[in-house]
Amino acid sequence: MIKSLKATGNQLADSAFQLTVLRQEVVDVLHLPPFHQKMQEAGLFPLRPVAPAVMQVNVGKMCNQVCKHCHVDAGPDRKEIMTRNTMQLCLDALAQTAIPTVDLTGGAPEMNPDFRWFVEEISKLGRKVLVRCNLTIIVANKKYHDLPEFFKKHGVEVVSSLPFYSADKTDRQRGDGVFDDSIKALKMLNAVGYGQPGSGLVLNLVYNPAGAFMPGPQAALERQFKQALLKDHGIVFNSLFAITNLPVSRFLDYLVESGNYAGYMEKLVNAFNPTAAAGVMCRDTISVGWDGGLYDCDFNQMLDLHVASTSQHIRDFDAQALARRPIVVNQHCYGCTAGAGSSCGGTVA
Amino acid sequence: METYYNPADLKKFGNIGEFQKEFADKFFAYYGAVFAEGALTAREKSLIALAVAHAVQCPYCIDAYSADTLEKGCTEPEMMEAVHVAAAIRGGATLVHGVQMMNKVKELSM
Repeated sequence: MIKSLKATGNQLADSAFQLTVLRQEVVDVLHLPPFHQKMQEAGLFPLRPVAPAVMQVNVGKMCNQVCKHCHVDAGPDRKEIMTRNTMQLCLDALAQTAIPTVDLTGGAPEMNPDFRWFVEEISKLGRKVLVRCNLTIIVANKKYHDLPEFFKKHGVEVVSSLPFYSADKTDRQRGDGVFDDSIKALKMLNAVGYGQPGSGLVLNLVYNPAGAFMPGPQAALERQFKQALLKDHGIVFNSLFAITNLPVSRFLDYLVESGNYAGYMEKLVNAFNPTAAAGVMCRDTISVGWDGGLYDCDFNQMLDLHVASTSQHIRDFDAQALARRPIVVNQHCYGCTAGAGSSCGGTVA
Repeated sequence: METYYNPADLKKFGNIGEFQKEFADKFFAYYGAVFAEGALTAREKSLIALAVAHAVQCPYCIDAYSADTLEKGCTEPEMMEAVHVAAAIRGGATLVHGVQMMNKVKELSM
């Protein structure tokens, strides 16, 4: 079984080392422009936020899976879990704003002992809840079997990763048996109405390439997935988001170990798309870490790149200060600006 | 080690216009149009290109379309079947000329 980088004492578990490795490859080895320079040339530097549409909260790095491409380095060995106190601070900050959506991620957010309480409280504030559910958590243990009903009760939008509609490619990325368990979980979600036409219960799938290549056209991949999952398993869903793997944490380790690092970085840099760059998700997202730290996105969070603002922690949440901040960028950002662009909601261009 | 083929040369393909710009521009415009979505999907065209790359044995094309078909969500069995299509056609093209051989042998033989 794959272990987290932290568990194996891998140097890439250190965010500062990752940033050094990224910069060295792009600038010193490949002699390509650093990301901020590319953005300057596109007239997008410094990158500024727009009105926030999403508060993305990472409720912890504990996970029942150890996916090869994980930028969080999540796993069963990770003990970083958001406390109820910190969740309350998130709710207090949320109440001061008109941010319509709260996006709960992790690790496996459902493994946080206060997860259900948090969903209930966010719902009481009248905000939409989106949960990044890895599917296998639903069947991992009896105590999670009722998650589909819980999600339904609160109108949660479920967003789940499925690298492919075959066991081979899925399991290579996410672990042995993950595909079969994912199919069981998808059927359980479909059974309560998720993904069914007219139910209002939204089930979206996320496609991450199972290797060192970029995702193809999102619409075409969605058609393929819909056809195959319906024909082979009777499963339906709403939309497919095609997301580029960013060179962070375990995916960065995979790129280096497999000899694909230089080629992949070069591909990302050469595919820089100013239209995608203008629509990156960090512009309308505030990311909250398990300990309450504030970041521009989940990737910056994992690289310990805090927001460039006086409002550094959720307890000091200051919407106006955050609205004035320049977004912190680094070489990993080439992943979100390549080709059709990439975000937690799929392509952006 | 010296070799005729250098994988790093694939990304220099776009520079061939340095020696003759007009034809290079026309070729790349045509190339882009050929591979766009049309009566065939871009995915189908990518698989065809993969097969043809093997038929003409261009290592650059094989690399490029191995990546392209992966990006477009093709599976390893689909990709290998495309290669077998190329192999079957090339093999068949060899064998069908055997009919000419048979004709000639029968012409010359008692």
